[in-house]
Amino acid sequence: MEIPYTVEVRPDTGLYNAKMGIWLFLASEVMLFGALFSSYIILRTGNPDWVQHSMNVPLATLNTMILISSSVTVIMSWASLRLNNFARFRMFLGGTLLLAAGFMVVKGIEYSQEFSQGLFPWSDNYMGIYFTLTGLHGLHVVGGMVVFGYLLGPGAKMWKTAPEQFTNRIECVGLYWHFVDLVWIFLFPSLYLL
Amino acid sequence: MGGHNSPEDIKKETRTYLLVFAALATLTVITVTVSYLDLNRTQAIIVALFIASIKAGLVAAFFMHLLSEEKFIYSVLLLTLVLFAALFILPIGNYADALGEHFVMEGVEHGEPGAH
Amino acid sequence: MSPIDEQHPDEAPELSAEAHDHGHDDDHGHHEQSFIWKYVFSTDHKVIGIQYGITALLFLALGFALMMIMRWQLGNPGQPVPFIGGWLGQANAPGGIILPEFYNQLGAMHGTIMVFLGVVPLAVGAFGNYVVPLQIGAPDMAFPKLNMASYWVYFLGGVVMLASFFAPGGAANSGWTSYPPLSVAVATEGQTYWLIGMIFLITSSLLGSVNFITTIVQLRAPGMTWMRLPFFVWAQLVTAFLLLLAFPPLEAAGVFQLMDRVLGTSFFLPSGLIVSNQVLQVAGGGSALLWQHLFWFLAHPEVYVLVLPAMGIIAEIIANNTRKPLWGYKPLVYSTIFLGFMSFIVWAHHMFLTGMGTVMNAFFQTTTMIISIPSVVILTALLISLWGASIRFNTPMLFALAFLPMFGIGGLTGLPLGLAPADIFLHDTYYVIGHFHYVVAPGTIFALFAGIYYWYPKVTGRRMSEMLGKIHFWTSLVFINGVFMPMFLQGFAGVSRRLYDGGATYSHAQGVLEWNAFMSNSAFLLGLAQLPFIFNFFWSIKMGEAVDSNPWRATTLEWAATTSPPLGHGNFETVPVVYRGPYEYSVPGCDEDYLPQNMAVQEG
Repeated sequence: MEIPYTVEVRPDTGLYNAKMGIWLFLASEVMLFGALFSSYIILRTGNPDWVQHSMNVPLATLNTMILISSSVTVIMSWASLRLNNFARFRMFLGGTLLLAAGFMVVKGIEYSQEFSQGLFPWSDNYMGIYFTLTGLHGLHVVGGMVVFGYLLGPGAKMWKTAPEQFTNRIECVGLYWHFVDLVWIFLFPSLYLL
Repeated sequence: MGGHNSPEDIKKETRTYLLVFAALATLTVITVTVSYLDLNRTQAIIVALFIASIKAGLVAAFFMHLLSEEKFIYSVLLLTLVLFAALFILPIGNYADALGEHFVMEGVEHGEPGAH
Repeated sequence: MSPIDEQHPDEAPELSAEAHDHGHDDDHGHHEQSFIWKYVFSTDHKVIGIQYGITALLFLALGFALMMIMRWQLGNPGQPVPFIGGWLGQANAPGGIILPEFYNQLGAMHGTIMVFLGVVPLAVGAFGNYVVPLQIGAPDMAFPKLNMASYWVYFLGGVVMLASFFAPGGAANSGWTSYPPLSVAVATEGQTYWLIGMIFLITSSLLGSVNFITTIVQLRAPGMTWMRLPFFVWAQLVTAFLLLLAFPPLEAAGVFQLMDRVLGTSFFLPSGLIVSNQVLQVAGGGSALLWQHLFWFLAHPEVYVLVLPAMGIIAEIIANNTRKPLWGYKPLVYSTIFLGFMSFIVWAHHMFLTGMGTVMNAFFQTTTMIISIPSVVILTALLISLWGASIRFNTPMLFALAFLPMFGIGGLTGLPLGLAPADIFLHDTYYVIGHFHYVVAPGTIFALFAGIYYWYPKVTGRRMSEMLGKIHFWTSLVFINGVFMPMFLQGFAGVSRRLYDGGATYSHAQGVLEWNAFMSNSAFLLGLAQLPFIFNFFWSIKMGEAVDSNPWRATTLEWAATTSPPLGHGNFETVPVVYRGPYEYSVPGCDEDYLPQNMAVQEG
């Protein structure tokens, strides 16, 4: 027996299974990053000796732009599939993967700048929170990259055998990716500007 | 999914996405610029988070299609937001007793274990 | 183990359920799978449920054994542990006499193993996985591969936890609660293993909860409306939401603590902390209370994760063995939902004594009092369900009936703990241990036993022995009360928990020390009382009385719509259609005293 509603939507919920699954997962991620932000507030307001180092705002702004652009490319990749244009899909998803890689490169540059200034996670709690928050966010970016790579590579075979299900997968990974972008939208001012 | 896949529909959607992108880019520039102005702590926080919320709202509404999502998803997200708010009771609650007081920090001996 | 039919080989991995995206027809599904794919890396919810069940039962036995060693020390202080004393190692128990440091490891690991490796995997991973798809008329869970991943990540987490015993310095020793600064600045390497293990276990839970919610919402059979769901499914649904939304803050906290331990950060370490007469060389400025808030944000909903599936099991068994519909189905459902929601905003009643301040204390005291209401409604509804019933006193029903007063004691003893003034006296005493063990041990674990006896015929096609079951029940009931009831006495006297010597060095404890030996002997007898169960469990696989598909004459789909064991591929011959609620027993005008949910009735 097949699992129902893998591709077609269930009438009373209007959803296919993976879409519900990814939103539920994102809900749990909201709680994860919520706990991290809440901890940041507690640690910062609770410590009279808090040092707010000045971080590399230009690089972080660049990264913000990179992520926002990647949100556009990922959603265009989904739109391309709905137009049955596999070549454009590859172009856009490949572009998303490249932008994500670019984000990590910039992050790497930032981190090495901080290390060379003697700023490590253990230097003080601001650096601790900074590295933890950006580190976990970065892990999520890498996770996204792995899935993009899979969907461009071996996973793309499904376009031939089950195109609608494949399109749904791109929609779901896109939702994940937009969430990663969303977290950064809050991370950026909280860590760099305030 | 399913219904709106004609080239015209997609073209309209694409236009929306590009407009949102432009708005996001602009708001990013604004938020960075504002940070260089000399606002006091409270003002800076409110402005920065306000702009961030708008940006996040745009991503959620248009890129994540939350404007046209199903009721079940809305319910799950509503529940999540309520609990997310509960997670922020912590910072407020930690200092609730001291609200209105003038704090003098004198090191570990006088404060709560570990916190102040 | 029952033979399970050939599995359909899995195709595409990842995000959505693997679907049979083939144009060609069914004979594809009938080639033999190798043992590995059929039984080890299976994606069939029934196999995974059994995997969870066996693994969890083994962990429960281990957790029990750890407790036995602790209770030996408490009841016979300074005496070498008999028989196994030599195996514990010179570092832990020179001459077989356990050291205080080892006692602490036993305590921390007993709690961790019981909660995270034993009870929840059994209640949710085993019972939930096996029964829920069957009860809603689904062919499997929504994401079978994710289900398999959940199990193996749990397994890995368990391996890491067990490995911690062999780390230099031994296993985690800072309680199952892992409070800093102790867990960061003092604890040995085993604590790091604990944190890594917890991250695996949390991940497993998260993957599982996504699966459960999607399955219950999306894969209900035609006609299975929300108000026709068996209460067990409602309980699992709310539980899944608790796991989904409450675990992430602990994951965050676990990462913070791991960084504090491994990288030398100071998220939880205040400035100027002195350990072993030296100021700790860290940046400082952290908050030990922050860990407590993040930990309890999960750990309070976690205790409802421990109890809700149990209540679900009890409800099924009570309805079935009273031959009546459950009393108050809607109040039960709404109470469960309300309980789930409230469970997120009571957590700091575990922290009344941390100096949070009166505003926080008042808030959490109030929410804690409110949350007792739905619990009482649920228990009362189950109790009233017995009124006027033709009760069948089989083994599952005996355990279910015992659950009611036992959970009642557990719940009632929680009330003084939820009131800050009373908690000032009772916090961190044996009273607390008595309270929570009553809800989990003669509470949840009895419910899990009930579930095993009840669903065993569905899984294996054979019944367990009633005689052995009744011996198991009566002896367990007596001895488990012998272990935990005196704890209230010790708690009132002020005996603190986590004391290696059971309070011997405290003058206020002298009057109640005699109970230590009594409780330890009861614990030992309780262990013996499990032997008939263990024997019965394995013996009945081959020698138990063979039964048909519905030996309990139950109305719910897992009994009424499929064989025992269920069909390997897809559970049901045809998709069941549901016509009525889950507990249509003793319907007037009906020949049988039960009307299955999926039975179409010819209109006259």
